[in-house]
Amino acid sequence: MDVRERFQTAALRAFREEVRSFVRANLPEDIRRKVAQERMDLPREDQQRWHKILRAKGWACAGWPKEHGGPGFSDDHRYVLERELALGDAPRPMIYGEGMLGPTVMAYGTEAQKRQILPGILEGDVLWCQGFSEPNAGSDLASLQCKAERMGDHYVLNGSKMWTSEGHIADWMFGLFRTDNSGRKQEGITFLMLDLNLPGVTVRPILLFEGTHEVNQVFFDNVCVPVEDRLGDEHKGWAIAKYLLSLERFGTAEVSRSLASLARLKAFVRDQDPFRHAPEQRESTERRIAELEMELEALEITEVRFLFKQDGANEVGPEASMLKVRGTEIQQDIFELTMMCAGGYGLGARRDESAADVAATRRGQDSAYPYFNFRKTAIYAGSNEIQRNIIAKAVLGL
Amino acid sequence: MLPSLTDEQRLLKESLERFRQQDYAFEKRKTLLARLGAADDPVWAQLAELGWLAATLPEEHGGLGGSHADLALLMEQFGRGLVTSPFVPTVVLGGTILRLAGSAAQQSTILPAVAEGTTRLALAYLEPPGHPDPACVATRARREGDGFVISGEKLAVLYGNVADHLLVSARTSGEVGDGHGISMFLVPADAPGLAVNAYRTHDSGWAADLRLERVQVSADSLVGAMDSGLETLEAALDAGTAAICAEAVGAMWHLHDMTLDYIKMRKQFGATIGSFQAIQHRMVDMYMKCQLAQSMALAGLAALDSSDPIARRRAVSATKVQIGRAARHVGEEAIQLHGGIAMTDDYAAGHYFKRLTMIRLMFGDEDYHLRRYRHSTAD
Ligand SMILES: Cc1cc2nc3c(=O)[nH]c(=O)nc-3n(C[C@H](O)[C@H](O)[C@H](O)COP(=O)(O)OP(=O)(O)OC[C@H]3O[C@@H](n4cnc5c(N)ncnc54)[C@H](O)[C@@H]3O)c2cc1C
Repeated sequence: MDVRERFQTAALRAFREEVRSFVRANLPEDIRRKVAQERMDLPREDQQRWHKILRAKGWACAGWPKEHGGPGFSDDHRYVLERELALGDAPRPMIYGEGMLGPTVMAYGTEAQKRQILPGILEGDVLWCQGFSEPNAGSDLASLQCKAERMGDHYVLNGSKMWTSEGHIADWMFGLFRTDNSGRKQEGITFLMLDLNLPGVTVRPILLFEGTHEVNQVFFDNVCVPVEDRLGDEHKGWAIAKYLLSLERFGTAEVSRSLASLARLKAFVRDQDPFRHAPEQRESTERRIAELEMELEALEITEVRFLFKQDGANEVGPEASMLKVRGTEIQQDIFELTMMCAGGYGLGARRDESAADVAATRRGQDSAYPYFNFRKTAIYAGSNEIQRNIIAKAVLGL
Repeated sequence: MLPSLTDEQRLLKESLERFRQQDYAFEKRKTLLARLGAADDPVWAQLAELGWLAATLPEEHGGLGGSHADLALLMEQFGRGLVTSPFVPTVVLGGTILRLAGSAAQQSTILPAVAEGTTRLALAYLEPPGHPDPACVATRARREGDGFVISGEKLAVLYGNVADHLLVSARTSGEVGDGHGISMFLVPADAPGLAVNAYRTHDSGWAADLRLERVQVSADSLVGAMDSGLETLEAALDAGTAAICAEAVGAMWHLHDMTLDYIKMRKQFGATIGSFQAIQHRMVDMYMKCQLAQSMALAGLAALDSSDPIARRRAVSATKVQIGRAARHVGEEAIQLHGGIAMTDDYAAGHYFKRLTMIRLMFGDEDYHLRRYRHSTAD
């Protein structure tokens, strides 16, 4: 029984067609090219431009309920939408606001906070970043030490956050801060939201080794954050963070993105014909592509099984960790194989910044970048080792 | 890396270690890279001064007549230090071709200048669509008057933009894929009709795509016998491959050492991450890959001395397969076991990983060499 049959109803087929033609007609070509280059460092302007196009159609914040301005899609519609956007080379959603903070504010925020925060995310006007990790608090997130001291109706922040993705293009940060050190490390953590333009905030870029600027270290020097910008209770931020991170883990399987990458690899092998002098290598490459396709299909079906439980329960359990592990591994293998197929063309560090040189991309000239860049995916959003620990403990009871 | 060292080799090793730890320390590398390939590249001048460019060249042409063991030492230490230079194209590829097939005049004018560091060479053999088999040559050289006229396209010529002379493979008869009909030419970098499109490689080196449009060369720029250049080319590529494999072993051991130090020091959950068994086993796997790679690198270098080209091809291809796989494993795992810090440009691990990845892509990847190994039999 193929669980994917559920997406083949007449209504969903029609919706799929609608999304497909919408993307074809409305996705700006310059943005599409960058996404097709597997770039994850899209400029703020590109991300906003696309978000607003989706917003005008009513499809922005696809997972949000109508009450908060989302389309109120069923999970099936969301699934189909996400698939078609990925296959059409549309940018990923602006995950920190739309995917993480928004739903968390819906669950934990006051009415005033919902009114204040959600519209900015929905309209794509306010970009958020996530300040959880610190130099000494990575996998062991609860050991974080960046301090927030309560002074009357303010918190005063001191310390730094590390690895803040998009900190340099974001307007606001949500983060976890230490308000008490006396108890267990998970206690005494408070969830705060702050304007990055506040006095005392410094954003220092950190370049990744293949040259992209995605992450930053953010320093706080006596930064004053009003108490109203706290989400949930003081010292009780950990439970909120766990809720928020469970949302993040689910998004990282990237099955649809991998389908698109694999399709690009197949098109490359077909159109460039890099093995025209080496039929044996073409054969072995085609075998490896077929293997990856099968692995991806197994993951795709598993994801559907996990997402759409038979009994209608939509709670995703700790087994979702395996989607992140396998999803990233397969994605990394696709990029590795793509780079190897490009051979000598892959040597040059010459990705066209304007993404204008389509021919260069077609030759595989920028194929090593994603191979390097996507090593990060097994490290962030809960490293693959930590995900395996979760499965060992929470699923297998070891 | 070598099982045993002579007194002279011990001295060579010590001076190489001093060089990579002091003069070429990672903190200085960025500044040095800015001048890589320049006429006054300080690193190249130092390699010449220390006698390392001369080390493996023949004594009668200004070299020191060193063995493949000396080459192994040099390359391993270059690997450990991430020393980035046109050493392989100039000394190993270019040097091998001229030593094996160069005329007396070519040898006596160029090799001493290479040894002194005043001349750099590059080998232009790869062509679109990038298949690494050196018999896949479409570039043509036609006899015209007293000399030859060469036309064609070359791809990813390592340091092709900084070389004074290019060694260019071109077809003087036959068709793409034929073993017979390939000739080697020595082309001056400023030859009219030669267009050089240079770019940095991911490992911070240089490469260039070349377009040759009716490049005229004299009759005496033919290197070796007409139509039978493939054998020399293969020998040079095998030497280059064995050399970068030895370099990869050095780079892998360096990543191994860095990672081991890091997991002993990095604490999460109140313990060093190296105390977690899941991490320990991963580290052990890295260690085993490094050992096996080292063994094959030695076999590959030893095979360069073989008088039997088939044995040489098999050994070098086996080495490239083993080292390519190990390089992927060790490089990826080094990044992963470090966590986020290894993704950054300021940290050395990512740069070693990039170099190892470029080594995988150079002179044919694992898949190509697996095929070459299988087909290298006496038939
Ligand atoms: C590109 C990038 C973007 C990021 N973006 C953000 C962001 O926007 N916001 C944010 O807050 N953070 C972000 N992060 C941080 C990310 O979440 C951390 O890097 C991650 O949690 C791992 O922490 P660490 O890097 O300190 O590695 P460490 O925790 O030091 O881990 C090092 C290694 O040890 C392993 N390890 C640790 N503990 C165990 C264990 N118990 N058992 C087995 N293995 C273990 C890890 O898996 C890893 O392999 C980003 C990171 C990167 C690289």
